[in-house]
Amino acid sequence: MAEDRNVAWREELRKTIKNKERIEIPRVHMNELNAHYRARVREEVNQGLTVEQALMESKRCLDCPNPTCMTGCPVSINIPGFIKNIERENFLEAAKVLKETSALPAVCGRVCPQEKQCESKCFYKQKLGKDAVAIGYLERFAADYERESGKVSTPSIPAKNGKKVAVVGSGPAGLSFAGDMIKKGYDVTVFEALHEIGGVLKYGIPEFRLPNSIVDVEIENLSKMGVKFVKDCIIGKTLSMDDLKEQGFQGVFVASGAGLPRFMNIKGENLIGILSSNEYLTRVNLMDASDEEADTPIFKGKNVAVIGGGNTAMDSVRTALRLGAQRAMIVYRRSEDEMPARLEEVKHAKEEGVEFMTLHNPIEYVGDEKGHVCKMILQKMELGEPDASGRRSPVPVEGAIEEIEVDQVIVSVGVSPNPLIPNSVSGLEVSPKGTIVVDVFMQSSIPTIFAGGDIVRGGATVILAMGDGRAAAKSMDEYLKK
Amino acid sequence: MNKIVNKENFSENVVKLEVEAPLIARARKAGHFVIVRVWEKGERIPLTIACADEKKGTITLVVQKVGVTSTKLCDMQVGDEIVDVVGPLGKATHIEKFGTVVCAGGGVGVAPLLPIVEAMKKAGNRVITVLAARTKDLVIMEKQMREFSDEVIIMTDDGSYGKKGLVTNGVEEVILREKVDLCVTIGPAIMMKFVSLLTKKYNLPTIASLNTIMVDGTGMCGACRVTVGGKTKFVCVDGPEFDAHQVDFDEMLMRAGAYREQEKADMYKIAK
Repeated sequence: MAEDRNVAWREELRKTIKNKERIEIPRVHMNELNAHYRARVREEVNQGLTVEQALMESKRCLDCPNPTCMTGCPVSINIPGFIKNIERENFLEAAKVLKETSALPAVCGRVCPQEKQCESKCFYKQKLGKDAVAIGYLERFAADYERESGKVSTPSIPAKNGKKVAVVGSGPAGLSFAGDMIKKGYDVTVFEALHEIGGVLKYGIPEFRLPNSIVDVEIENLSKMGVKFVKDCIIGKTLSMDDLKEQGFQGVFVASGAGLPRFMNIKGENLIGILSSNEYLTRVNLMDASDEEADTPIFKGKNVAVIGGGNTAMDSVRTALRLGAQRAMIVYRRSEDEMPARLEEVKHAKEEGVEFMTLHNPIEYVGDEKGHVCKMILQKMELGEPDASGRRSPVPVEGAIEEIEVDQVIVSVGVSPNPLIPNSVSGLEVSPKGTIVVDVFMQSSIPTIFAGGDIVRGGATVILAMGDGRAAAKSMDEYLKK
Repeated sequence: MNKIVNKENFSENVVKLEVEAPLIARARKAGHFVIVRVWEKGERIPLTIACADEKKGTITLVVQKVGVTSTKLCDMQVGDEIVDVVGPLGKATHIEKFGTVVCAGGGVGVAPLLPIVEAMKKAGNRVITVLAARTKDLVIMEKQMREFSDEVIIMTDDGSYGKKGLVTNGVEEVILREKVDLCVTIGPAIMMKFVSLLTKKYNLPTIASLNTIMVDGTGMCGACRVTVGGKTKFVCVDGPEFDAHQVDFDEMLMRAGAYREQEKADMYKIAK
């Protein structure tokens, strides 16, 4: 690390501009589509930085001797390393530095909660009281530049070592694991339950935040490197773990994700028009239900309430706007400060006209004569003492009840781990919450089975899932070499 | 891709399809279902497996024209390929020697009942099968049912075949004449509701196999949720079979109509 910083070009580069001048440069603003226009279309909201903007922003990075930003990154991306390559206008090299640690930089640059990770630990934020270097924007810039240049570097693949490994699930954890293992010489097959590769990147995150074409490029790259993908195949159902063993797979990485959507178990929750964010987003993103030609139906609500304050809630409420909602509301039981969503998503949602009903909690839904939801009854809340999560817990304000007309409610209050694998593999240690128990090496109670991502964490981020894929690849490689 | 290798028209609106799906044919058990998508922009719908031939690597599905996808599926021909068939999904039927089992099927529900009848018979049960249909031409799979049933009672609404009456009349006839230990029922939700009401009266434990709207079929979306014993359950991973006496059939019937308006519009498109 230190060596890297001391290479001649970096030393030279640091001298070209005085730090005093660097810190005077204001943080770049992301180019965005106009809020009024974008709220009705599927186009990506963030348009990326221009070369000039990226160069200017890269100059803000002080190339600190002790880059604290890296401690905020779950996979310890060499942040100054890639940013300084941008500053010296070697964008392809910047992308290469990113790919040393991140399997999907174009994705992470778009969906990571940077303000809670790398950017929160930036020297600007920590010591200068200024806006952090826009690390996420620059990451996206480098990855997009490489992709659009047509000069995507495919890492050299060593000779095959003759060992087969299987991956269960093609989301971020599975893809990053597959990428690492193929580079280590393994024969890698990824099994996906759905009819599309990409997991949550495809069915969950909407087009306006992460275009499918970007995910597809990453998947194509893996295919080019030799990773095999099998769709419509559910491990534990179509093929058992024993089948995989028989087919010669020596190790299995389970990254089957957080399947089961949670509901609140309140009166009227099974009325027509009330659905999970998973169902809503899957219909729109994976099944393309809003396309006239597609067979999958979707109900396009006019008064839509989304229950929850996470990224999935923001994705759902903004999707509802794009499908023609006249009123789109976030109903969240805590205050905005406690919202788990990325700051940028909250900002974008507000700009697009989403109403935020914080400190409100649904307690009942009322239906019309056809069983379709027509009203929600909300309990007003106030903040009490901090709870186990460290956030101040909401408590009901006695007698403060509100009724609001709605014709669609999207419940986005979290997910539980998918039970298919835990239920179908005997001897696999599973926590009371249903997650697969692994040690620090991502190894489960069955030595040949490793696991990572939401099936282990119960609901986390793309970058943490990718980090797990990486860690599991390293451990499984060591295990299989023994 | 899954090629259709055999097709038989049971009636104008009911078709039997034998589809290549070797891995599913090998792994499936009585009670399992598959998710099918017929073309690139198709929706995902659940269909219960009627039977399978492990050697040929095929599964058999019986489909009734109801909505967009089932209509497209029924119109497909031998040699055509279904883009996605995934499974087997759901929990398999709990099979053991109960004693005497009445299996009551109506409409295309008779198809997924067949593997249960077979498995129950092979487990040493006395199996009495009640098949119900509107009229003679709509009675399906009678021959296969006879192969594994000690007795087959046929009920038609118009009395054109077997006895005149509803499935519940047939089931009640058996309950009144001998000791029955279990009832298994598959068919339209409204039929299962009335079978359940009947057997509840006689305290006869009853299993119903539910068919609800689904998207992924693997527990991810929750479209299939039903209330069983006052609790919300997912048909795809907790079912599809439940204690019929605990199922809220009225809610299930209501939820089945969730997309009726859109479906109507889409059917119009097909007709054009």
